[in-house]
Amino acid sequence: MRGWLIPVVLLAAAIALPFVVPTYYVQFVSKAFIMGILAMALNLAVGHGGLVSLCHAAFFGLAGYVLALLSPGYDPASLLLTLPAAMLAAAAVALIIGALALRTRGVYFIMVTLAFGEMLFFLFHDTGIAGGSDGAYVNAKPEIAIAGHQLLDLASPMAFYFVVLFFLIATIAVLTMLVRSPFGHALAAARDNERRARSLGFPIYRIRLIAFVISGAIAGLAGYFAAAQFGFVAPQMLGWHLSATVLVMVLIGGLRSVTGPLIGALVLIVLEEVLKASTDYWKLIEGLIIIVIVLALPGGVRQLWPMIVGARADGPSPRQAAPPVAESRHG
Amino acid sequence: MASTASNIALRATGLHKHFGGLRAVADVSIDVHVGEIHAVIGPNGAGKSTLINLLSGELFANDGAIMLDAADVTRLPPDRRARHGLGRAYQKTTIFPRFTVHENVRLAAQARSPAPLRMFGSVRSDTNVHDLTAQAIARVGLTAQTQIVASDLSHGEQRQLEIAMVLATDPRIILLDEPLAGMGQAEARGIIDLISSLKVGRAVLLVEHDMDAVFELADRLTVMHDGCVIASGSPREVRTHPAVRSAYLGDHGDAS
Repeated sequence: MRGWLIPVVLLAAAIALPFVVPTYYVQFVSKAFIMGILAMALNLAVGHGGLVSLCHAAFFGLAGYVLALLSPGYDPASLLLTLPAAMLAAAAVALIIGALALRTRGVYFIMVTLAFGEMLFFLFHDTGIAGGSDGAYVNAKPEIAIAGHQLLDLASPMAFYFVVLFFLIATIAVLTMLVRSPFGHALAAARDNERRARSLGFPIYRIRLIAFVISGAIAGLAGYFAAAQFGFVAPQMLGWHLSATVLVMVLIGGLRSVTGPLIGALVLIVLEEVLKASTDYWKLIEGLIIIVIVLALPGGVRQLWPMIVGARADGPSPRQAAPPVAESRHG
Repeated sequence: MASTASNIALRATGLHKHFGGLRAVADVSIDVHVGEIHAVIGPNGAGKSTLINLLSGELFANDGAIMLDAADVTRLPPDRRARHGLGRAYQKTTIFPRFTVHENVRLAAQARSPAPLRMFGSVRSDTNVHDLTAQAIARVGLTAQTQIVASDLSHGEQRQLEIAMVLATDPRIILLDEPLAGMGQAEARGIIDLISSLKVGRAVLLVEHDMDAVFELADRLTVMHDGCVIASGSPREVRTHPAVRSAYLGDHGDAS
């Protein structure tokens, strides 16, 4: 029963939150949830697939640009049209990048994804698409409207928060289903021993490509709402700096569970907020704290939880932390 | 030992493989029959491991053809050959070390199920897969260890686990690459008995250095030397073959 209790309490707290805190914090938590979605998406590739990708910011940023480009001037765009378009664009690019990058392994995979991510960065930075290096505005936030009646307007911070919360829960549900399914187990098997998985009959390349595309599409979901929230897109959204930051969130939260990276994202974003307010040298302190967390808790901050209550984590075989790069054990 | 073409599960003809200038396998042809254990022996560097890798698809031959039953699998990758009924165990134990015994074998059974990559529903929900898993674990005698994490098993148990995984894919032909390597006498005994039971309804190709085990298990022997087949036939024929005696078996052939 305790397994149900914690998520229910957390969900109740998340629903109650916007009614008890000022608007600034509603927006702050929305932003943290969006980054949590991005980190969980990345972890499908990194933690479950053993594929360390440094181009997930490109999927994130690309989806943001799709919203900016599809927004009609100063009128709100239709959420039901632009969100699927943004996710499809991210998935299509993930399919192309994945199809080529997945022919490589280990550190070469990291480098190929980094190179593709930077290509997309410079595509938006150096050409005139959507304002070049200056970026572009999303002047009106997307809405859901039927026959002129506005059903949902994301301009309200409260409505925006609940839409993001809905997609956060949907992401957790989809990823949990995937990880526990035969597909998820095959993906984890390929991570742990590619050669054995292939000789059993699993089509490794196809499995990884599917996971990479799903991961990219969910990263696009996060990027869409990030662009909608800030009302602005810039090439930095696609850059490797953001990819690396999200990877840090994944490592802080732990690779072996679906929701670990969400916790990693919340920890990192709250940490930044607190440190920024208290010292000018916040980046230095933040770096030190991250190093301590990674060294002391190789399985992520979730490791603290069993130490406190003696509960067990979810996901297949989360028994020990191990290097995420594929082919680490067998030649 | 009468055999017709119909019970040949695996037929390789004229296989060649070279790595740069190094000739690893040259013009090797081999048939493996259902109901038989076909052992491949030869000194180190004779090309036995290369041959197994060619048959399983981890290496592609430069020339020659490989048939699994009626299907030409010469250009197919290892996963496609596995779906055609080929299973293999590796020289170095190759399992999923962080998964339990049950999860290891279930993955194997899942790989051969009709929907191996289903994206919804728990892995535990497929009763067919579950039954195959339990049968394969019982077959190799690991029932008491099902919930143990594979990396915690002894070396001999890990080999048993690997054979259980191969069995769970329900293969028609099994390739075994030195299954007795690094194993103590008592452990080896159990594996030898297990291997001899595998040939019922299946074809087994065995590469092994332990000559006592080979002559106990093999129904047919092929001897390789420098990448070539120098003799092939029943154990008795091979034992008395002059080229074999000089090239490989030495005094061992006289002693037993």
